[in-house]
Amino acid sequence: MPDLPLIRNFDPGARFAVRAGRAISVEEFLGEARALAEMLPDRRFLVNLCADRYRFAVGLVAALLRRQVSLLPSNATADSLTRLGVEYRGVYCLGDGAAPSAIESFPYPQLSIGKGGAGPIPLIPEAQLAAIGFTSGSTGWPTPHPKTWRSLAGSGLAEFERLGLDEHRGMSLLATVPQQHMYGLESSVLMVMQGGLAMHSGRPFFPADICSELQGLPRPRALVTTPVHLRVLLAEASDLPKVDFLLCATAPLSPQLATEAESRFGAPLHEIYGCTEAGQVATRRPARTHKWQLLPGIALHQDYRGTWARGGHVETDVLLSDVIELCGQDTFELHGRTTDLVNIAGKRTSLANLNFHLNSIEGVRDGAFVMPEEEDGTVTRLTAFVVAPGLSGDAIIAALRSRVDPVFLPRPICLVDFLPRNETGKLPRAALDDLVARFTAKAGWH
Amino acid sequence: MTPPSNTLTDEELKLAELIVTTLNLETPASDIDPTAPLYGEGMGLDSIDILEIALAISKAYGVKLRSDDEQNRHIFTSLRSLNQHIQQHRAK
Repeated sequence: MPDLPLIRNFDPGARFAVRAGRAISVEEFLGEARALAEMLPDRRFLVNLCADRYRFAVGLVAALLRRQVSLLPSNATADSLTRLGVEYRGVYCLGDGAAPSAIESFPYPQLSIGKGGAGPIPLIPEAQLAAIGFTSGSTGWPTPHPKTWRSLAGSGLAEFERLGLDEHRGMSLLATVPQQHMYGLESSVLMVMQGGLAMHSGRPFFPADICSELQGLPRPRALVTTPVHLRVLLAEASDLPKVDFLLCATAPLSPQLATEAESRFGAPLHEIYGCTEAGQVATRRPARTHKWQLLPGIALHQDYRGTWARGGHVETDVLLSDVIELCGQDTFELHGRTTDLVNIAGKRTSLANLNFHLNSIEGVRDGAFVMPEEEDGTVTRLTAFVVAPGLSGDAIIAALRSRVDPVFLPRPICLVDFLPRNETGKLPRAALDDLVARFTAKAGWH
Repeated sequence: MTPPSNTLTDEELKLAELIVTTLNLETPASDIDPTAPLYGEGMGLDSIDILEIALAISKAYGVKLRSDDEQNRHIFTSLRSLNQHIQQHRAK
């Protein structure tokens, strides 16, 4: 079984990270990862909740060295960690913030490294189970998607090569996305490890923070972000720092927003299309083309159920949840998601899953979530229609809050006497649209 | 300076109105408790909302919110603390 290097494309002494203005060399990074590996408890699974991107990477590598598997839940609510604790016995949490009470916690320790940092680059067996991503199923229990080291390393390397980042050797990379999310893991951690780049350890939030942190990084430098952040950055900041590369994902970007971002940041903007199950699948430069190009090795095929991806770092057949039109050997167009899927700010679930949770609340007789149409870069919120005599909207929201990610909480929640179900018990889309129209007219929205 | 009451001052009401309009909230601005937490329980806002509010505040008051300043947690404790932060930093 062949082994694959933990990191690639770094020159000796090159920076691996920038943390609080200080450069951390690739040797120091490996030294810390080896030191942490020796300290981790003897378990099979961990949840790496480190908020500091560099510490997250140290934790990921330490786990790999110990053959432990990093679990990537879609959120870290108490409910979701408790469920992981049931399914993955002995799972512990590696974190650098407040310890969750739902599972055992191992706080990120103070690490002392001797001269042992130098040494050969570790090799990891390609078939080693490295991580498990999770999507929400329709029954309230998350569905696991295992990733081998071959898949993770291959994804980071394929992205680096596709985006042509070899021309910006050792580029610094600042990300506004969480590293526990598939897009953040691939683009801000794995691509850095496989492409010899340098990660900024933080995750700035407000536009003013993002601009000043970018300004503090040497060129060449890149920004890895989402349509939500991009839109706010373009709207708020009058003076954007120049960068050399822009990367965006989680929701399709309009050509107008992409073109404005390219001209004001002075850099090409590339977009990634992917999902937790497959990881990244394709890229495009939306200012130039609306067609997506598959990453090397990945092929699509279609049958009556939809479009499947396989090949390259995608190790099993993955059914994509979007309507896709194949254009050529390795290009395609996206025509929106298949109806049941909900994607809000990069967090994904299905209406079936949300309806399941809504209807499991005591006192709710019937209820349905509705996803309104999305606009570019703005975040659309869900609406829920609920039949629950005796319950207030606030009480339903409070009950939902402990069950689902906050981005999916309905806004507004509309209490009704009954839902317009047809004789087969289904809710026709047209009847729901009517209901939405009546409620929005009443609330005086546009 | 401001008495710890649950009544909105005029300044606070203006900020509450800005938040309600920006986020399309159903709650009337005058019903917002200035001492209730903005995040999670209380007003029930999440980080995407906070980003939208930050943009609206920057446009309306010329104050750019920063999170690397130590006070950040405190600022978003409540509408009252957010308003105090804005008033302290707005262009005089």
